[in-house]
Amino acid sequence: MNEPQAQPDAPPALPKAATGIEGFDAVTFGGLPAGRPSLVCGSAGCGKTLFATTFLVNGATRYGEPGVFMSFEERAEDLVANVASLGYDLDGLIAKGKIAIDHVRVERSEIEETGDYDLEGLFIRLGFAVDSIGAKRIVLDTIETLFSGFSDEAVLRAELRRLFGWIKDRGLTAIITGERGTGQLTRQGLEEYVSDCVVLLDNRVEDQITTRRLRVVKYRGSPHGTNEYPFLIDAEGISVLPVTSADLDYPVSEGVLPTGIDGLDAMLGAGGFYRGSGILVSGESGTGKTMVCASIVDAACARGERCLAFVFEESGEQIARNARSIGVDLARHVEAGLLRYEAARPSLYGLEMHLARMQRDIDRFAPDLVVVDPLSALRGPDAELQATVLRMADLLKGRGITALFTSLREDGGLGRDGDIGLSSLMDAWIKLLNVEANGERSRTLYVIKARGMSHSNQVREFMMSGSGLSLVDAYVGPAGVLTGTARAVQEAEEAAQDLRRRQENRRRQREAERRRRSLDRQIEELRADLEAVAEEEAILLDEDERREAALLSERRVLAVRRGGER
Amino acid sequence: MNAPDRIRLRLYVAGPSPRSARTIDHVRRLCEGALAEACDLEIVDLYQQPGLAAEDGVVAAPTLLRLSPLPVRRVAGDLTDARRVLATLGLDAGGASPPQAAQQQQQQGTGGGDVA
Repeated sequence: MNEPQAQPDAPPALPKAATGIEGFDAVTFGGLPAGRPSLVCGSAGCGKTLFATTFLVNGATRYGEPGVFMSFEERAEDLVANVASLGYDLDGLIAKGKIAIDHVRVERSEIEETGDYDLEGLFIRLGFAVDSIGAKRIVLDTIETLFSGFSDEAVLRAELRRLFGWIKDRGLTAIITGERGTGQLTRQGLEEYVSDCVVLLDNRVEDQITTRRLRVVKYRGSPHGTNEYPFLIDAEGISVLPVTSADLDYPVSEGVLPTGIDGLDAMLGAGGFYRGSGILVSGESGTGKTMVCASIVDAACARGERCLAFVFEESGEQIARNARSIGVDLARHVEAGLLRYEAARPSLYGLEMHLARMQRDIDRFAPDLVVVDPLSALRGPDAELQATVLRMADLLKGRGITALFTSLREDGGLGRDGDIGLSSLMDAWIKLLNVEANGERSRTLYVIKARGMSHSNQVREFMMSGSGLSLVDAYVGPAGVLTGTARAVQEAEEAAQDLRRRQENRRRQREAERRRRSLDRQIEELRADLEAVAEEEAILLDEDERREAALLSERRVLAVRRGGER
Repeated sequence: MNAPDRIRLRLYVAGPSPRSARTIDHVRRLCEGALAEACDLEIVDLYQQPGLAAEDGVVAAPTLLRLSPLPVRRVAGDLTDARRVLATLGLDAGGASPPQAAQQQQQQGTGGGDVA
């Protein structure tokens, strides 16, 4: 993408008058050339008058430059009424002398021409209006109408040239609007006279979707963004959205965003996702993507962080109601101003417009967390879709905002044919999968990737109940991975087996005990026997000794008797 | 004759230029000649009264306005073609004064109705 780079500080910088139109001043590095006329052209209904009015109103309210609106088409009352919808109080500004409106009615049927004339009347009126409020800005909308009111084109062209010269002489910053003509920018070739800055507005319809675009065709003496930039007109006014280039030079954050889902935080090594990362939650419909997002949003808001959710399939209120069923109260965050839902059908705008709208809303709301639910709802040509998503991710990363995208595509792809790798743009990817078995479906969750941190590679069963989301370890065993009732059955089975095993164990322990005790008893008996035998032995030994002693003494007595008798 | 029946003309010129002088000359001649009595002429210098010019929706200079009778008619240019000026202002009935012309028209209108 060829985007404007910051302008090197060239000394003789062209003085510029800021328009106050978001984005436009960035594209032109400061606004329109000050003290010169600029041409804003485009076909009917593309926002020329609004652009010009915004330029004037902002000049009067923000930059202290009063302005004159010279309308050749709409009456002053109509103009006031038309821009009131944008919150511009023209009547108030007129009363304060900040803005003057002069309606120049030019009707050929009412004007007869005889002889020589010029447009001095117009000059004098313009001069009078400018002097009456000290205007620095003027708008001529649409001066080409003069060509339908007067027949003498030569006079008109000469007068126009004189008018633009006069504007420059007076140092007025002017916007001249012009209707798009065939083969040239304006019907009457106004670009011939106004050559300093030409802005082209366009309202294009592709695939029945309208996208407003703006291009700075030329800007003499100044660099400018050359692309076509989408711009928005809505209740917030007009904003041009130069989508920044897809540089990969954003700062990275070490901070961690806990998800608020206990089991999920535990699966991630850092205890949550890195702040500023892009997170993809993919899964078919009914897998609980939105509720996962709701839980994460609830946790973030409860910490006082700001969340902005772009939802394409449900309204914010509906999501809040549905989230109540899992015990998550999002409505209180909405009331507290921490959470905002931006709901729009994907077909409401083109991709550029969605992106542009997002950028504007993000810059205004300054969220910490952005949810896009679901990203896969965006439709468009594949190439454009990929560029859009890339820029969207870049837009968020560049601002350090954590982004949560959901996708219906299970493979993390995008678009009809799925050639667009969405997953590779994301830093973390959670996949929700419904497992169908034994006549029931159960929700499972994987963390497919989480850049920069270790994470569980196991499947978790993921439960939604009135008290929130919780993750349950799925049964992983010889019978495969089981979830739901099958997991419960398997777990019960295992518990029963376990019980049986423990009972068996105890029984065998008891038996061993018994046998040990019986052996002990036997040892006891034997020992008693041994003792008895020893006793016996001792008695016998004693008797022997006594008998021998007796024998000995008997013999001695006998010997004495025999010897003595002799 | 009361005021509304008179022809009120207002001529806007841009300052004392030869063209302004020429135009004033032309319009004076018209008033004095064809419309002598029935005509009030006012000459306004755009530079002097720019606010009035805005109210009257004047763009070109010089511009001659017929303020009454209504509707307002306007002629841009230096009024060189007197016949065309008179035609535009609805004053070309060969010197007939406008109130008479209006009466005639009314009579014609009612007469036509009777015939039908």
